[in-house]
Amino acid sequence: MLVLLGIAVVVVGFVARINPLLVILVAAIVTGVTAALEPGVEVRELVQAAVATLAAFGEAFNDNRYFHITWLILPVIGLLERAGLQERARTLIAQVRAATAGRLLLSYLVVRQATSALGLTSLGGHPQMVRPLVAPMAEGAAEVQAGGNLPDRVRFRIRSMSAATDNIGLFFGEDIFIAIGSIVLMVGFLEQAGIIVEPLQLSVWAIPTAIAAFVVHGVRLLLFDREIRRGLAARDAETGR
Amino acid sequence: MITLDHAYVLLGLMFLAFSILTLRDPEHPTRVRSAVFWALVAASMLFGSWLGGLGNGVLVLALVVVGGLKALGVGRPSTTTLEQRRDSAARRRNSLFIPALIVPLAAVGGTLAAKHTGAGQWLISSTQTTLIALGLGCLLSLFIAMAWLRPPVMAPVQEGRRLMDSIGWAALLPQMLASLGAVFLAADVGGVVGELVTQAVPLTSPLLAVAAYCLGMALFTVIMGNAFAAFPVMTAAIGLPFVVGQFGGNPAIVCAIGMLAGFCGTLMTPMAANFNVVPANLLELPDREAPFNGVIRAQMPTAVIILGVNIALMYFLAFRF
Repeated sequence: MLVLLGIAVVVVGFVARINPLLVILVAAIVTGVTAALEPGVEVRELVQAAVATLAAFGEAFNDNRYFHITWLILPVIGLLERAGLQERARTLIAQVRAATAGRLLLSYLVVRQATSALGLTSLGGHPQMVRPLVAPMAEGAAEVQAGGNLPDRVRFRIRSMSAATDNIGLFFGEDIFIAIGSIVLMVGFLEQAGIIVEPLQLSVWAIPTAIAAFVVHGVRLLLFDREIRRGLAARDAETGR
Repeated sequence: MITLDHAYVLLGLMFLAFSILTLRDPEHPTRVRSAVFWALVAASMLFGSWLGGLGNGVLVLALVVVGGLKALGVGRPSTTTLEQRRDSAARRRNSLFIPALIVPLAAVGGTLAAKHTGAGQWLISSTQTTLIALGLGCLLSLFIAMAWLRPPVMAPVQEGRRLMDSIGWAALLPQMLASLGAVFLAADVGGVVGELVTQAVPLTSPLLAVAAYCLGMALFTVIMGNAFAAFPVMTAAIGLPFVVGQFGGNPAIVCAIGMLAGFCGTLMTPMAANFNVVPANLLELPDREAPFNGVIRAQMPTAVIILGVNIALMYFLAFRF
């Protein structure tokens, strides 16, 4: 029971808005120490448990360094931004007359979900696609609608929706591909429980949710254009235009 | 053969360069602390495998002290002006997209080549192939962009440092959560959670069991920031014994949809830093420090509806097929 204190630390730390890095490390130590807690245990043994937990944490930390490989793209993206990548993305989309922010994001949702379902998850992503291309294009399309600059509230809402669309397309597309991490995890887990399933059996049953996610988020994106128009109208009313 | 270790050396050198340039930037708001922070990350990349468990633990402790107690600032190295950017964009037009597209194409092409061609197998290690190919793509694209744009030599490092600073400590969150997951696993936190849930909720009907499993997946994912951490816990506690064992649900359907219910949780939590916090930082949202930033709020309606859809789908499909 007491080992659950670690989870409590995560929740409390989050509610108290303490830096998550600090909260996670404390939660790990608390978990390790409470796991060693039993009647008659000496303080020295608890200190040993804390040190052992720190070592286990460090080992796992080292094993999980691969998360950082994505950051290798930052110098390239920065270099291209320096040469006007975002500006070009905006101009390009402004030339497409039918483009609106909602329709553009809807097309991105289609591409992102379809390519993820084929296992091409690295085609999208926030540093690679959303910041340099998708968000500036969506903003550019809305700027044409607005006939000039966007109010900050609308601009940041469009950026948020761009990031959200990338995540949703990825999450509800990737599980249709049979060789993705989550499918491998499920096959392995069921095998340990004595149940043999083929990856394909799992990926097929991700399709109904994928369709539902596309419909729900797609409708939201089409309604999004209306939200933008309302935001622009509110600004115009304020400035008396 | 190129393995992850080579990518770590490259990353280590990049972070070291960020650190040195930060230290030499007199206008950086948290010059010394940021330089130390990125130097520690560089040390982890370059020497992590030789430090041992406790050494790495102490390294993490140092990272948390430097980057977790007080906020790190964002450096503003000199860059091009908006006019220069517009002018360059007008001159270079769509060619600007090419280097940006090389990276994902190289990642996909490299992965396919490593699987299906002899040369690819010889060149790229078969573990974490996509990530290695992604790293190679970044390097290739960087060379092309440098040769073509001819910016100052240090420009890629300066621009990279600007972007890395805007991501800040959030860059470490996924790695920290994965490590916390390892500690939880060793202490059998999952088993205890499972016992608690089954004691607290009377799972007397298929619908209750399905709802408890899906909501449990989403909730535990919100706490852990990762559906992969929630899946073994909730499936062993509720999914297999109740939805599958007691009520006869199809295990493939139950697991597939259960995982997707967890993904709905990922969309709602600031703990899933790489999906929800990193983009807010990269897109410079004004509410990026808030617990529920604009990205999470934009995702919330879709996530809640899909969670309900998942419960319904599991209930109607798992007992029928």
